[in-house]
Amino acid sequence: MDLSTNYLGLKLRTPLVVSASPLSEDVDNIKRLSDAGAAAIVLYSLFEEQLRQDRLELNEHLQNGTDSFAEALSYFPEPDEFRLGPEEYLKHIAAAKKAVNIPIIASLNASSNGGWTSYAKQIQQAGADALELNIYYIPTSLELTGTEVELTYLDILKAVKAEVTIPIAVKLSPFFSSFANMAKRLDQAGANGLVLFNRFYQPDIDLETLEVKPDILLSTPMAMRLPLRWIALLHGRINASLAATSGIHRASDVLKMLMAGADVTMLCSTLLRHGIPKITAIERDLIIWMKEHDYKSVRQLKGSISQENCAEPAAFERAQYMKAICSQMNAIV
Amino acid sequence: MKKPLVFKTIDGCEAAAYVAFRLNEAMAIYPITPSSPIAEWCDQWASEGKKNIWDTQPAIIEMQSEGGAVGAVHGMLQTGSISTTFTASQGLLLMIPNMFKFAGELLPTVFHVTARTVATHALSIFGDHSDIMACRSTGWGMLGAASVQETMDFALISQAASMRSRLPFIHFFDGFRTSHEVSKIELLDESVLRTLIDKKIIAEIRARAMSPDKPVLRGTAQNPDAFFQGREAANNFYSACPDIVQKVMDEFAELTGRKYNLFDYVGAPDAERVIMLMGSGCETAHETVEHLAAKGEKMGVLKVRLYRPFDGRRFVAALPKTVKKIAVLDRTKEPGATGEPLYQDVVTALMEETAASRSHLMSLPQVFTGRYGLSSKEFTPAMVKAVFDNLSVVPKNHFTVGITDDVSNTSLKYDPEFSTEPKNVVRALFYGLGADGTVGANKNSIKIIGEETDNYAQGYFVYDSKKSGSMTVSHLRFGPQPIRSTYLVSSANFIACHLPGFLDRYEMLRALVPGGTFLLNTPHSKDDVWSKLPTPVQKSLLAKKAKFFVIDATKVARDSGMGGRINTIMQVCFFALSGVLPKDEAIDAIKKSIKKTYGKKGDEVVKMNLQAVDNTLAHLHEVPVLDNKLNGSGPFLPPISPEAPEFVRDVLGTIAAGFGDDLPVSAFPLDGSFPTGTSQYEKRNLALDIPVWDEKTCIQCLKCVAICPHATIRAKVYDVAELKNAPATFKVTDARVPEFKGLKFSLQVAAEDCTGCALCVDVCPAKNKTEAKLKAINMRPQVPLRSAEHDNWNYFLTLPEFDRRKIKTTTLRQQQILQPLFEFSGACAGCGETPYIKMLTQLFGDRAVIANATGCSSIYGGNLPTTPYTKNKCGRGPTWCNSLFEDNAEFGLGFRVSIDKQKEFAEELVKKISNEIGDELAIGILTADQNDEAGIYDQRERVVALKLKLQKLDSPEAKLLVPLADQLVKKSVWILGGDGWAYDIGYGGLDHVLASGRKVNVLVMDTEVYSNTGGQMSKSTPRGAIAKFAAGGKSAGKKDLGLIAMSYGNIYVASVAMGAKDEHTLKAFVEAESFPGPSLIIAYSHCIAHGIAVDMGVGARQQKLAVESGQWLLYRYDPRRAERGENPLQIDSSAAKSKVKDFMMTENRFKMLTKSKPDDAKKFFGQAQADADRRWKFYQFMAARDTKVENAPFTASKQPTAVDA
Repeated sequence: MDLSTNYLGLKLRTPLVVSASPLSEDVDNIKRLSDAGAAAIVLYSLFEEQLRQDRLELNEHLQNGTDSFAEALSYFPEPDEFRLGPEEYLKHIAAAKKAVNIPIIASLNASSNGGWTSYAKQIQQAGADALELNIYYIPTSLELTGTEVELTYLDILKAVKAEVTIPIAVKLSPFFSSFANMAKRLDQAGANGLVLFNRFYQPDIDLETLEVKPDILLSTPMAMRLPLRWIALLHGRINASLAATSGIHRASDVLKMLMAGADVTMLCSTLLRHGIPKITAIERDLIIWMKEHDYKSVRQLKGSISQENCAEPAAFERAQYMKAICSQMNAIV
Repeated sequence: MKKPLVFKTIDGCEAAAYVAFRLNEAMAIYPITPSSPIAEWCDQWASEGKKNIWDTQPAIIEMQSEGGAVGAVHGMLQTGSISTTFTASQGLLLMIPNMFKFAGELLPTVFHVTARTVATHALSIFGDHSDIMACRSTGWGMLGAASVQETMDFALISQAASMRSRLPFIHFFDGFRTSHEVSKIELLDESVLRTLIDKKIIAEIRARAMSPDKPVLRGTAQNPDAFFQGREAANNFYSACPDIVQKVMDEFAELTGRKYNLFDYVGAPDAERVIMLMGSGCETAHETVEHLAAKGEKMGVLKVRLYRPFDGRRFVAALPKTVKKIAVLDRTKEPGATGEPLYQDVVTALMEETAASRSHLMSLPQVFTGRYGLSSKEFTPAMVKAVFDNLSVVPKNHFTVGITDDVSNTSLKYDPEFSTEPKNVVRALFYGLGADGTVGANKNSIKIIGEETDNYAQGYFVYDSKKSGSMTVSHLRFGPQPIRSTYLVSSANFIACHLPGFLDRYEMLRALVPGGTFLLNTPHSKDDVWSKLPTPVQKSLLAKKAKFFVIDATKVARDSGMGGRINTIMQVCFFALSGVLPKDEAIDAIKKSIKKTYGKKGDEVVKMNLQAVDNTLAHLHEVPVLDNKLNGSGPFLPPISPEAPEFVRDVLGTIAAGFGDDLPVSAFPLDGSFPTGTSQYEKRNLALDIPVWDEKTCIQCLKCVAICPHATIRAKVYDVAELKNAPATFKVTDARVPEFKGLKFSLQVAAEDCTGCALCVDVCPAKNKTEAKLKAINMRPQVPLRSAEHDNWNYFLTLPEFDRRKIKTTTLRQQQILQPLFEFSGACAGCGETPYIKMLTQLFGDRAVIANATGCSSIYGGNLPTTPYTKNKCGRGPTWCNSLFEDNAEFGLGFRVSIDKQKEFAEELVKKISNEIGDELAIGILTADQNDEAGIYDQRERVVALKLKLQKLDSPEAKLLVPLADQLVKKSVWILGGDGWAYDIGYGGLDHVLASGRKVNVLVMDTEVYSNTGGQMSKSTPRGAIAKFAAGGKSAGKKDLGLIAMSYGNIYVASVAMGAKDEHTLKAFVEAESFPGPSLIIAYSHCIAHGIAVDMGVGARQQKLAVESGQWLLYRYDPRRAERGENPLQIDSSAAKSKVKDFMMTENRFKMLTKSKPDDAKKFFGQAQADADRRWKFYQFMAARDTKVENAPFTASKQPTAVDA
């Protein structure tokens, strides 16, 4: 059975890639993921904003209360140097590369122009095989237009492309007025891949404390419907690789995504929920299904039910939504 | 050959540490002000991998006390390591027993001592020679430095001399005046150190070391036949020592060009009047003598360098032969002696040298003695001149200078206007708020000027004794010659006020020279500011034709992202206005310095500061003074309420105003006793925002009242009839607690005493139903509320206190109605310790006797001017005393034994005269049940009746009983302190006291570091925390004090965290006090030293996180339960809901390690989790055991001394 696929120009043994998650914070876990059959690993994200916040906080705490009382002119020893930058992350890339033979894709979440380019360069130097730009951005300003938001994405991509030579994937949210157009422009701007879709933390309300609290929920298989549609729509229309992420929990989910046109499928919640060996189980189930259904390779599957190749292209479009509602309603009545 | 000069701008501590670190292999350290920074530097350098002159990293170990440190050094020296320690004051005194041994065993070492006052009628952290003088019989060499330069030089000279002479040396320099003065000095090149420290001598030291390879026996016990001779056997080492020291000084001069002698004379060669002294005062005397001698005065000063061994021959030889009168100045007091120590040496030496015909003096001079500068009291040229003037007339002997002694009339008068300040020295004064970065900026300015220009620079910083809202005054001097002015700036070319509020209270322009510059940080524009100035400030500006500049630095700081830190902005203004450097050059230097200082903290911090520099000058404006008229806002605000009692107003008020130096001797209590209840008169108005109560949302849980560290939120329950004269804005609602049904409830904030920490808001559980961001208490700007809340507060105080007998003290919402007898302390805003003390005083304060270990709680509890312990309307309240750091448990046990004895004696007397006072009353007194408030109330009534009867009785027993009668009412003995005391220095005593079985209550406010001295590691510090002396993170786990105490089986032990579970804390206090044996409460106290925004009210939240992660356990161990067949241990917190690391990453003390030593952080954090898991399992096991069988031995009533149970 040939499970191999191509993502960002990287040849992968299977389409099962581990997406950015706390699992990759530990090199031992990275080894276990590789041993379990992961074809590539996207490392947890380097958050520029967090680094910046840490620096400001450190400065604040080191200054707090100093030089105000004769007996305690300071409260902390101050070492000659601090490791406040991305050094740990870069060291981690190198350690991960050393530990496994599969591609290591770094993930960068920057908040300033400088952060995007300088960190991207350092990530390449540290040995990452590719870089995922996690443009984690919720435009909440009432003054910001959609056009400006789109330009921001394109500018970041272009700036990073100009600085590094490793392949770049852009992890996107689905919240664009014309997502297909956005995908095309990112493709034209040089994105080697699009990762669909980013899941944002959605705030929740605690009824007891009457407070808003950020609640991180693991995905459910339902979440895969959104990327499934857009992958099916984009397959064959852009050059960039397509990675499916969100709600991929079972081999059947992987199959559907591949059929829609994904080059790889990214796993996270299912591994957090069931443990690293789940990846082995998915691969096994994938092979069983393919054998049962007489498929020889992933290549065969890929895009076989994309909009372009499916029997009913309109099924991926809005009209079908109304029809589905109607049939659902009829069933209830 | 002399190396090129390298200048550095550092303080005395760093100067001493620079040499000590390089010349030692092993150090045993312990924190004590003002020496702590020396040890901190050494620990930090070691953690950074720096090495000594032999290219090896010194081994450093923190000990549990100075007694421990000296013991460890003794061991290090006996086994041949070059070793040292650093200390001061009481710490040095703890070393004395061992110091005799060092000298007797001829062990060379140098202890670097920041000379500090020994506590007598009061503790003082400041400088004098009382500690040094207490050591003069130990047989140690003593070399005293007078300046920061000399501190570095003498650190080396004493080390070389000690090694060559084999005598141990104290190298001392004045606490704060020298230890904390920042000064530009020539750095000693390491080659100088290497040259003076002879390798051959090191080999000899090693050869003498104890080793099983060439065994010897030392420390023998000797009998009358041998000891005396042995004691005399080493005499030759003492007689040789002065020559050795002089030789080292001569070699040092060859290498550096700086020439010192055992006694250095400065002044007219034909002087007739000479003063003698040692320490930092030498510099002031030198400056004064140069000034006066240049005018032809025949006077001089003799600086004593080597005090021990005292070389009488060299001393006399150093005097000019013309001398007729000598004034010997001692910076110490030896009551009852024929004179202070240096004086006695001088008199003896003069007599001996004259008698032996070795003196070259034309006649035997008259010698007079005087005291000066105790506890860093100012010593100025005017005082030096007064001493010379005294010698000109019929001199007063045994005089004092610097104070007004109107009791025994010892003091010399001096002219405060007399000045020797050279014209070419720029002098500047800065008044800053503790937290605003003023001192840091000034230290930085000194560095810039000292290291970027040819100018010499000096900075000295004065802090007040409050930990919140404190004022700092920076005294800076810059000039082309080395600066010898070891006294405060009293005439300044430049004065800056960094906090506008200070201008209303402090007369800061008194020191401004005519035509000088005044810079004010103010929110008012240049056009509006004039009329907002207090009238006396306007008067001064006009009279002095001052140049006046304003800037809204607070706004510039905010706009530049700097928060409340206005340091960089005010620094730019200073350079722009003072003209010390050309403006552009200065700004370049500031920017360079910012990059150097903040670079390691990341680009953001650098950028923020650079932005502030760029934003400053456009906002700096001159206000033309002479265009204005006198139309100010009125006189200065009084430092103390005019309604305060006379002593508080006149004495404490003068101290609070900053004029304590002007108070005469007669103003002070004779024995150090001060009235309580005085902090209420010092309205500090610190808070920008204060909590405002929303009575409609409030559920009356009183969590806010309980957590308030400054007792500024109070609740009262009262009858509606009391409300007759309530101010219009006074808030009232119906009491919700069922037992208070039908009564009114008010929550009131002392707006002028609040520090604005917002802890109350953070703990408030009640949310506004329509706007969830609002709670039942919310922060609002103070200024618009101040006046109305002032009236409301005063009205609130007139409402009656609820009858204590009717309050259920085990329920927080009732207990917090009790009046706190600890209020408005100077603790940090948001302090984690004071809520516990407040709760203690609410419950037991009217009968509490408190022994308080030295530390934060003794400073905010007992530092002048005003103190927070207070009284109720009956005049009862805690009586409080601090003995020492190390002996607090024993001190408190002494209270107990004494009180119990007096009670027992009183009861015996009652029995003896029961027929005279009436059997009914006697039996009532003797059998009183005082286990609750009602019982105590009744006993007090009986004692009143008893006293009335005793007045009419004449028997000897009745007379004896009168002063003892009050002891018949139950007293609650409390022993308070921090973890530094309980886990380390006082642990031996605490253990003994707990084991005594006596009814004492111990409250350990556990901040997990030595908070008061700046956050040094204690044995309570948890694994993985960065602290001073644990710069690389503490590798060992926290000591389990509670577990150790529980092992006795008859001690009530509780581990509490008010922020996590306040009712649990309350329960523990009530149970502990009711337990008829010793009790120990270990109270988790969040602290500024944890690296959390304590002043922003996050403390309680952190306590909760600590408990929820299993980092801190809540439990109670009550031996009474064992009597009932139950397991005495109850665990009161649940299994961890989160990981220890989740908690750790919220506090800088832990998180910082991930930034400095990430690999160690990972290791320690993992171990910390294992610690927590292990502890949880172990305690679970303990609490789950079937203890019915094993509990048999203990019954509380069998304890020998629980007499008041």
